[in-house]
Amino acid sequence: MTRDIAVVAFAQSDVLRTTEEQSEVEMLMPVLHDVLDRTGLKTADIDFTCSGSSDYLAGRAFSFTLALDGVGAWPPISESHVEMDGAWALYEAWTKLLTGDADTALVYSYGKSSPGSLRDVLTRQLDPYYVAPLWPDSVALAALQAQALIDAGATDEPALAAIGARSRAVDNPRAQLKGDVPQGEYVVRPLRTGDCPPIGDGAAAVVLAAGERARDLCTRPAWIRGIDHRIEAHSLGVRDLTDSPSTRLAAEKAGAFERPVETAELHAPFSSQEIVLRKALRLDADVRVNPSGGALAANPMMAAGLIRIGEAAARIHRGESDRALAHATSGPCLQQNLVAVLEGDPR
Amino acid sequence: MSKEPVAVIGIGQTKHVAARRDVSIAGLVREAARRALDDAELDWADIDAVVIGKAPDFFEGVMMPELYLADALGAVGKPMLRVHTAGSVGGSTALVAAGLVAARVHGTVLTLAFEKQSESNAMWGLSLPIPFQQPLLAGAGGFFAPHVRAYMRRSGAPDTVGSLVAYKDRRNALKNPYAHLHEHDITLEKVQASPMLWDPIRYSETCPSSDGACAMVLSDRAGAARAPRPPAWMLGGAMRSEPTLFAGKDAVSPQAGKDCAADVYRQAGIADPRRDIDAVEMYVPFSWYEPMWLENLGFADEGEGWKLTEAGVTELDGDLPVNMSGGVLSTNPIGASGMIRFAEAALQVRGQAGEHQVEGARRALGHAYGGGSQFFSMWLVGSEPPDA
Repeated sequence: MTRDIAVVAFAQSDVLRTTEEQSEVEMLMPVLHDVLDRTGLKTADIDFTCSGSSDYLAGRAFSFTLALDGVGAWPPISESHVEMDGAWALYEAWTKLLTGDADTALVYSYGKSSPGSLRDVLTRQLDPYYVAPLWPDSVALAALQAQALIDAGATDEPALAAIGARSRAVDNPRAQLKGDVPQGEYVVRPLRTGDCPPIGDGAAAVVLAAGERARDLCTRPAWIRGIDHRIEAHSLGVRDLTDSPSTRLAAEKAGAFERPVETAELHAPFSSQEIVLRKALRLDADVRVNPSGGALAANPMMAAGLIRIGEAAARIHRGESDRALAHATSGPCLQQNLVAVLEGDPR
Repeated sequence: MSKEPVAVIGIGQTKHVAARRDVSIAGLVREAARRALDDAELDWADIDAVVIGKAPDFFEGVMMPELYLADALGAVGKPMLRVHTAGSVGGSTALVAAGLVAARVHGTVLTLAFEKQSESNAMWGLSLPIPFQQPLLAGAGGFFAPHVRAYMRRSGAPDTVGSLVAYKDRRNALKNPYAHLHEHDITLEKVQASPMLWDPIRYSETCPSSDGACAMVLSDRAGAARAPRPPAWMLGGAMRSEPTLFAGKDAVSPQAGKDCAADVYRQAGIADPRRDIDAVEMYVPFSWYEPMWLENLGFADEGEGWKLTEAGVTELDGDLPVNMSGGVLSTNPIGASGMIRFAEAALQVRGQAGEHQVEGARRALGHAYGGGSQFFSMWLVGSEPPDA
C-alpha cells in the first residue's frame, strides 16, 4: 500500500538581482511564514523539514546551518538538507512521508547569486582535474548545447528568441524579468542575453502532507502522482547535447506519459534547453509551458527547481490545471533532471 | 502502513590516510564503493540509486561534486541524491538511503560518504569569515573546548578522563586495518604529555585529518535473502537538529541528541540502552566527547558518564565497548566519519569486524553529530530482522 502525498502550500520571495541588505535567513523567513500561514501550521506541527542550498553561492562552509534559525528549530526538529536544488529536498521529504514516519513536511530552498560572479562560481561544479582548471563557464557550455541543436536542425536563433520573449511576457509579480525584454547582444554565440537567465537571489518553500491530512490543510491538494530523477554522465563529450535521456527516463518513471498534462513548468535556464526538454517530455504544442515565465524570467539558484514544482502545484490549488508536470535540473547542460507529475482531485 | 525492513548487505572502506595522492576524488570513492559491492557480491547494474554525502564542498574545492562523481559511482541513468548535514552527514546520508528502501521506492541502494581533505585545508575551509558572527576560533577544537570545560565543571570529572579515551581509541585502531592512525608505540603517558592545543584538549586527544571513503549497500528483505554474508538489520534511525547558538541551548548535552536517541530506542524497542545495546560507534572527535555522549545517549545518568570510561566499561573487552574501530579520534575523513560509525556498527552485528569484533554483538548503535552540536543522526542495527 502506498500513500497519497500532496503539495498543500507554496510560497516564494521576489527574485531580485541583489539583496545585499539581507542575509539568507532574512530572505527566507518571510517565505517560511507565508507558507506556514497558508496551512495554519506552526513549526512544531511539522513532522519533517528538508532544505536545499549550496555553500558555494554563500561563499562559506556550512552556510545552511544558520538557515535553521529561520525555521525555529526549537524544540529540536527532524531535519535534513541536500546540497542541491530544493526540488531534490522535496524528493527526500516525499520518501520520508512514504515510509509513514511523517505526515507533514516543510521543504525550503534559497540561493543568493549576487555576492559573487555566478558564471565563475558554476565552473567549480566541473571535473576538478581536467575541466574546471580551464574555467569554462555556464553560458559557454549552454552555448555549445544551443549550437549543437542549431546544427542538428532542431531550432534556429529566431525560434530561441521567441522562447525568451514568451517567457518574459507573463504576469508574475515574483519574476525578475518581465515584459518586453530586448533579445540583446550575443553573450556567447549563438546565445544572446535574451536566451540566458537573469542572475538573481530568491527563496521558496513548500508544505507536503499525506492522505487526509492534505485534505485538511488544502481545499484542492496537488497530489504527487509520480516523481523521479536521473543523472547522466558528467563529461559533455560523451553526451548527445541535443537530447535528454535522463529527463525522458524520469518522466517515464513518474508516469508523465500515461496521460497528457495541461501545464508544464520546466526548469530550462537557457532558451535552447526548452527545446531539448519539450522533445524529451513529448510536450505537444497545446501544453501550456511555463505560465510563470520559468527560469528565463527568474532563476534563483537552488530554488528555481522547487519553484517549478510550487508553481505547478499552485495552479492546481487555484483550479487552473488538473494535471501538471514540473521539472528541475542541475549541473551543466541538463546533466541531472527531476520530473514530478501533479494532479488535482477530479472536478 | 508498514515500512520495508532495511538490511546492510555490503560494506566497504578505503584505508584512511593523511593524503591519498595516488587517486583522484573519483578514484577514492570508487574504491570504497567497489569494496561494498564485492562484500554484497553485486555489481554496478544491481544498484537502483546512489545517495552520496560529504561535509562542505570547500574541503575539496568542488561545488556539488556528485555531478562529477556520477560516472565513477555507476550512477549514470540512475537517481543520485547528495546529502549535506555538516559533520553528521555520513549518518544522515545512510538514513536517506535507508529511507528509499523503507519507502519501497528502490530495492537496492548504494550509499557512500567521503572526504579527501588533502585536496584542500579543512581548517581554513571552516574559517571563511562570516559578518557579525563569532569565528570558529581556529578550527572545531576552539569551539568545543569551552563545552568540555563546562562538562568537567558540571560533572566533577577528574582531568585524566580525556586521555583514557584517547589511549583506548588509539589502541583499538591498531586492530582495525582501515584506521588512519596506527600508533604502535602509544602509551597513556605519551597522550598525557602531548601538547595542549585548546585547554583542556591535548594534541593526542584530537582527531586527525584523513582522506577516505565509506560505502554501504542497503537492500530490502529480498536483497537480504540473496546476500552472501549475514546482513545487519536497521532497527531504528533518526535525525534531529537544533540551533547552534541560542541562549536556551545546553551545549554539554544538547536536547536534539537526547531526542534523537530516544526516537531510535523507541523504534527499536530498546528499554534500557545500557543493557540492551552491545556496542557503540560514537562520534568522538575530541576525547572528552565519549563521557559527554554516554550521558546524552542515555548510557549513563547525568554527570556519571566519565565513571564508565574510568572504570574501563567502554574498553574493547568492557561491558559496553565504545569505538571498537578506533573511532573518529583515529580516523577522520570528516564527511565519511558518520557513515564509518554506522558501517562499523553494522560490521559488529554481522560478526565481520575482524580483530576489533565484540564477541556476540547483537545490537549496535551508530552515532554522528555535526555543526556546533547542532545536527544529530543515529541508527541502531541488529543481527536479527525487526519483528523477528
